[in-house]
Amino acid sequence: MYTVADLKKGLKIILDGDPYLVVAFDFVKPGKGQALYRTKMRNMINGSLLDRTYRSGESFEPASMEERTMEYLYKEGEHYTFMDQQTYEQVVMEEETLGDAKNYLLENLKVEVMLFGEKAIGISLPNFVNLRVSATEPWAKGDTSGNDSKPATVETGYVLRVPPFIEEGELIVIDTRTGEYSTRVKG
Amino acid sequence: MDALWLRANVIKTVRDFFWERGFLEVETPLLIPANAPEEHINPIITLPSWQLQTSPEICMKRLLCSGHQKLFQISRCWRSNERGSRHLSEFTMLEWYRAGCDYQTLMTDCEELLQYVAASCRPDSHCFVRNSAQISPFTPWQRITVQEAFLRFGQVDVWDCLRKGLYEDILTAVIEPALAGFGSPVILMDYPVELAALARVKPDNRDLAERFELYVGGLELANGFSELNDPHEQRRRFEEANCSRRNAGEEELPLPEPFLHTLATMPESAGIALGVDRLVMLTAGVDTIDEVVAFTPEEL
Repeated sequence: MYTVADLKKGLKIILDGDPYLVVAFDFVKPGKGQALYRTKMRNMINGSLLDRTYRSGESFEPASMEERTMEYLYKEGEHYTFMDQQTYEQVVMEEETLGDAKNYLLENLKVEVMLFGEKAIGISLPNFVNLRVSATEPWAKGDTSGNDSKPATVETGYVLRVPPFIEEGELIVIDTRTGEYSTRVKG
Repeated sequence: MDALWLRANVIKTVRDFFWERGFLEVETPLLIPANAPEEHINPIITLPSWQLQTSPEICMKRLLCSGHQKLFQISRCWRSNERGSRHLSEFTMLEWYRAGCDYQTLMTDCEELLQYVAASCRPDSHCFVRNSAQISPFTPWQRITVQEAFLRFGQVDVWDCLRKGLYEDILTAVIEPALAGFGSPVILMDYPVELAALARVKPDNRDLAERFELYVGGLELANGFSELNDPHEQRRRFEEANCSRRNAGEEELPLPEPFLHTLATMPESAGIALGVDRLVMLTAGVDTIDEVVAFTPEEL
């Protein structure tokens, strides 16, 4: 069990059965008075924010999370299936839970799946992924419009801005933290 | 200016202020057998019968008993498990004591001290800064009673809040933010007697103690009072604090017996504690205590 003295940014606790991440914390103690522990927490399943104030003597159940390397297999409607290559155990995640991560999921991509008990509640991706450009307008030589980027669709269906010289069929590197084009894979 | 230079400058300026006014600078032991037991302050106990001081008040009051009239000290204090944007478990406290005075004299000292520090350490603006707002110690300070503040800013009665256990919530969520709106420091005074373990009660109202807190930009900076010098009443309050601690599941603390034995010889006097780290924060205009110390505990 955690006590109020353990509260800090980044702590994961269970509240009403759900895992919460402490995203902001402050200790306040008016002169000679009782200490108050002010927290802002994010529900790790649905992302909602919650403000709670605690006092000395209160305790919390740690939310134990397990991170496991899994491979992305396939998508069916809004359900995405991942598999642990060691145990062949499979987990399914909703599109909503995945958020922007779905933009980079290519079959056989290895990701870290965050598990709360049996439930998969999120994934962490490599910072950079390589994806092939499936559609983009060719670079019109002598284009004087002054645009230094153009839209491109990659094989997962994600659309982003790339430099004008990128052509269809090229492999590009995308920064998954920003969702932006990073560089071109040569060769 | 670099925060550590500013810190050194503030401390030197404070020292100059008291030296110029004829105060004796003292150093009392940091490791002591007993602090004044308080319900919500936990000392750090280093050895079976020794604690780090939570404040130098016990020793400084004994110096008043032995005849010293005006004393000050800048020292380290320790309070267990206090860490936040305005708290460190180890922090620097300025305390000063005056024989033959009451808390009104200390309020005037506060005005003069803050003006002196602002003029010397903020030569351009002569102002402190909290959350980007300028606070001038040179515009007249308001003195508001605690009850008045609760009624005016929270539309609630302070006694009612105390009964319901909401005192700290209202104070930190409503009163302190309201005090942040003042362009000069504010003095909150005359605390309910249960919130003033070592303060004298007001002669004309036994429910109130002659205690005040100094706020600058909504930040609590200092706590002062007319000192209680009745050893029986003091012992009763210490025992009451221990009783509350027992009920809250906290360990009871030893009583500072030599202090209680000499308390009857202490002249009428007043004393105050001011958080030096916070004074540096206000002078530097920074939001957290982390920015004004050489190292935070997390960095060690």
